[in-house]
Amino acid sequence: MPPLLEIDDLRVGFATDAGEIRAVDGVSLALQRGEVLGLVGESGCGKSALALAVPRLLPMPPARIEAAAIRLDGVDLATLSDHGRRGLRGRRIGVIFQEPMTALSPLHRIGDQLVEAIRLHRRLPRREARGEALDWLARVGIADPVQRLRAWPHELSGGMQQRVMIAMALVHDPDLIIADEPTTALDVTTQAQVLELMRRLRRGNSGLLLITHDMGVIAVMATRVAVMYAGQIVETAPSRELFARPGHPYTQALLAALPSAATRGRRLQAIPGQVPSPLAWPTGCRFRDRCSRAMPRCAAPPPLYTWGDGHEVRCFLAEMPGGAGDARGASRPPAEAPGSNEPSPAAAAPPG
Amino acid sequence: MPPLLEIRDLRTYYPIRRGVLARTVGAVRAVDGVSLAVEAGEAVGLVGESGCGKTTLARTILRLETPHSGEIRLDGVDVATLRGAALKAYRRAVQVVFQDPFASLNPRHTVLDLVTEGMLAHGLATPANRREAAARLLDDVGLSADLLDRYPHAFSGGQRQRIAIARALALGPRLLICDEAVSALDLSVRAQILNLLADLREKHGLAYLFITHDLGVVQHLADRIVVMRRGVVVESGPAEQVMARPAHPYTRELLAAAATPFH
Repeated sequence: MPPLLEIDDLRVGFATDAGEIRAVDGVSLALQRGEVLGLVGESGCGKSALALAVPRLLPMPPARIEAAAIRLDGVDLATLSDHGRRGLRGRRIGVIFQEPMTALSPLHRIGDQLVEAIRLHRRLPRREARGEALDWLARVGIADPVQRLRAWPHELSGGMQQRVMIAMALVHDPDLIIADEPTTALDVTTQAQVLELMRRLRRGNSGLLLITHDMGVIAVMATRVAVMYAGQIVETAPSRELFARPGHPYTQALLAALPSAATRGRRLQAIPGQVPSPLAWPTGCRFRDRCSRAMPRCAAPPPLYTWGDGHEVRCFLAEMPGGAGDARGASRPPAEAPGSNEPSPAAAAPPG
Repeated sequence: MPPLLEIRDLRTYYPIRRGVLARTVGAVRAVDGVSLAVEAGEAVGLVGESGCGKTTLARTILRLETPHSGEIRLDGVDVATLRGAALKAYRRAVQVVFQDPFASLNPRHTVLDLVTEGMLAHGLATPANRREAAARLLDDVGLSADLLDRYPHAFSGGQRQRIAIARALALGPRLLICDEAVSALDLSVRAQILNLLADLREKHGLAYLFITHDLGVVQHLADRIVVMRRGVVVESGPAEQVMARPAHPYTRELLAAAATPFH
């Protein structure tokens, strides 16, 4: 059976006055049914461009999307007409955006926007659609849903708006849900509630592509993780595996840079330098200038190496005899899987 | 000995005005009876969610807002009584770094202007020697003196935050208020800035009031933690104790909600 979503060699560019920004530069990934794939990276790494390229929600121009294929259940989306693609959005692909305040129309009441979303793909009398909208507001935990149907978006808090967004993305029970930083604008307690909601309301055999910069959100939600850096995927692994044995020096550095109780009284392992500019990605390994383990051969672009079960790493270290072992030794080893409650004693030991 | 900064039962209200005459019909009690202390050289983490009053508290300490009632004391002296030179000395002693370095640096000023503006105003530098002073400050925050004549737009978020820190350090503060100072930064850059703040604390004996919603940051650097909710302090104590044995249900809720990969 083909995977739910299959992206083959995706490239997304944006035309700017300063030249073309190659935001996504050759990304391939697959998302199986039932899976939550976390796509993690820092600002400018291309994760949002990737997420929005799948449902073609980028304005073209300035955006340019090229791919060998983007397949949903084995059907290449490029072969569909505009009409066919519109039929997918909302019905088979649901999208949750970062900022509900900008994603919701400020000029329409919450109820009207939900009803419109419902009737877009289903011939349903307005009354029935209204009833369904009411059910959804209750389901996403909005108190007093009858009143709230008549509310304007600005009358709701950020957390409430995001609940409405989730309802809107899920009304057609989509196979694929794409969530772009769904909790970044929210407080921690609200974030926990919204994540719980996404977990609870998602149909078990749907797939969730979750874009975030927050390793904590990944740890709570994702079954598998893809780490992006400078327009490329540098590592993919099952979530527990990634935190226990990060293979790429960038992933290792990101995890070591996290402030926590375990880093008290010690210096954080900062990554020197800046994220490179998408106008001119470095040649060879794109992390090489900031990498403590760079070698002469990193001047050539490294391929993705298989480094264990379902674990891929874009780094020459994975190929070297003992190199992978070294890479493991160099990581801060939070030897425990996420989910247990004590900070690992190993995490307090100086890395390397 | 009195603490460096002591706040007693501080209240800051914002009036709610209605109608064409803008009559005051009520008040938002943003800070509603807060007491806390920061000892010299201590790092205090102030945590709470948006709207809990933590930024208003910072602004009141900086005297950017006028408190409704209560006291702010520096070295035991009530700040409300200060005038003239003593008030200027207070403003030098307490400096701030804001969250958004894209908004907090005037885009029309060079780094030299930005860093030395306060020094000139306070008579800590002269037009003749300010370049030298600014170069020293940039060195302190890990930037090259070659950058003095550049404008903010030439810098990344992390570099801008270094400039903002240099500007705060220029007046020789004893307390640095960091209002979500690393929240807008990417993970890799955030660690650089947190390390810088730790170095500066060691070097200058700085005390920090670190306002953040990020419990990881607070656990990393705070000696003491103060938890605010709806304008009041619900819990405070030594960081390790508050984290290990939170007493207030709201603190427990915050800790439980924080998603971290190393739980």
